[in-house]
Amino acid sequence: MSEVSVTKDAGGPESATDKLVVLDNINKHFGALHVLQDIDLTIARGEVVVVIGPSGSGKSTLCRTINRLETVDSGSITIDGRPLPAEGKELAKHRADVGMVFQSFNLFAHKTVLENVTLGQIKVRKADKQAAEEKARALLDRVGVGNQADKYPAQLSGGQQQRVAIARALAMDPKVMLFDEPTSALDPEMINEVLEVMQQLARDGMTMVVVTHEMGFARSAANRVVFMADGRIVEEATPEQFFSNPRSDRAKDFLSKILHH
Amino acid sequence: MNVLLDNLALFREGFLGTLWLTIVSALLAVVLGLVIAGFRVSPVPPLRIFGTLWVNVLRNTPLTLLFLVAFFVVPKVLFPGINSFVLAVCACGFYTSSFVAEAVRSGINTVPMGQAEAARAIGMTFTQTMRIVVLPQATRTVVPPLSSIFIALTKNTAIAGAFDNVDLFNVSKTLSNDGYDIAVIFIWITLGYLVITYAINGLFRLLENRLEVAR
Ligand SMILES: Nc1ncnc2c1ncn2[C@@H]1O[C@H](COP(=O)(O)OP(=O)(O)O)[C@@H](O)[C@H]1O
Ligand SMILES: [Mg+2]
Repeated sequence: MSEVSVTKDAGGPESATDKLVVLDNINKHFGALHVLQDIDLTIARGEVVVVIGPSGSGKSTLCRTINRLETVDSGSITIDGRPLPAEGKELAKHRADVGMVFQSFNLFAHKTVLENVTLGQIKVRKADKQAAEEKARALLDRVGVGNQADKYPAQLSGGQQQRVAIARALAMDPKVMLFDEPTSALDPEMINEVLEVMQQLARDGMTMVVVTHEMGFARSAANRVVFMADGRIVEEATPEQFFSNPRSDRAKDFLSKILHH
Repeated sequence: MNVLLDNLALFREGFLGTLWLTIVSALLAVVLGLVIAGFRVSPVPPLRIFGTLWVNVLRNTPLTLLFLVAFFVVPKVLFPGINSFVLAVCACGFYTSSFVAEAVRSGINTVPMGQAEAARAIGMTFTQTMRIVVLPQATRTVVPPLSSIFIALTKNTAIAGAFDNVDLFNVSKTLSNDGYDIAVIFIWITLGYLVITYAINGLFRLLENRLEVAR
């Protein structure tokens, strides 16, 4: 017995827990469209990865496969050393560990802001109402919308809604947070208030996968940029490397297009 | 002689018979309809197929045929000696459940996909997602068609009267056999149905106003 624990302590933990999300040779089709092709991606604990690429390249699909909102045809997805279960209760439990923030916010329209943030804690984590509300209020304060707790989502601005959505995801104590173009549906003056919340999260050590074209965010918060095109990961680099000196032609072409706006 | 006053007890029994058939069938139809609608949007293919079959078979079969099956096949093959009220409620309830399921499903389809996805993303199970997030938002579109579905059900229960159940329709048959004027009988019987259908109408109007006020 002592032998087992010795080997565990000696070699295992560092390397095993370092890799929080591992995608191994993922392939997915939508009918004839090969939307994800041989995707290998490893995300370390505490790492912030920005995914960038032309529209239709499969960035959203990639995000959605990580918490299994989309199934894959082949390959394996491991989160914190455990492969994603197929369907049912086990999968639901796993999803709770993966926070997701959508482009269109998707706050529960029939629930107040506070209820949006307590619902998952109460129904999924089985927290009691009192504790859930305390935690929700603290999170809403943290993202700067504490004074909106009793309103309905429709009464909030887009920027406020998206910050509530971040609080809702954080309330589940996720191991990793996925952001799918969180600022694309926002008016320009609201983009920064959301990016600031995300930047703070990154500084606090949250593991994050962020699909975004906000280069300011990528430069200041990302450890790594992943460039996707036509369902493939074409290039992976640090933000400085990627933005100042992209290697692939696809990336050069893409950057010249978004930089000239 | 007055049909109504002479046979008050019988009319009362018939009225309550129709009322009970309607209420119990409606409850069965709502429960089954919700489950079947859930099946039809579920991620599990066999459940989806079952739900589609259920709706298409029951909705497209004449109710009289369902009654014939219920009363002449079911007792012979499955449950000998089963009581006629239960059989009638099953026929009416199953039949109506297919309409309820369709109303619920079209209500579900009016709720944006993102709502269910957000619910799944925080770890809710399929049933939690439906119960807590989707169905409450579908209610406002589901309730108005339910009113006409239940009014149709009320009238459909008359078929049960021809199958060994004492309801308004059955009473009218009994009384016309007794030699009362059929026209007068029908006026009273119709009035009985109207009381129930108007009550349903009013109940749903109330419910719709409530939902309106709720947001
Ligand atoms: N549910 C779906 N069914 C069929 N095709 C889809 C579906 N979702 C996305 N696609 C297609 O897959 C491709 C990649 O989509 P997506 O992952 O949303 O790209 P991105 O987020 O990079 O713009 C697109 O061509 C899109 O039309
Ligand atoms: Mg996208």
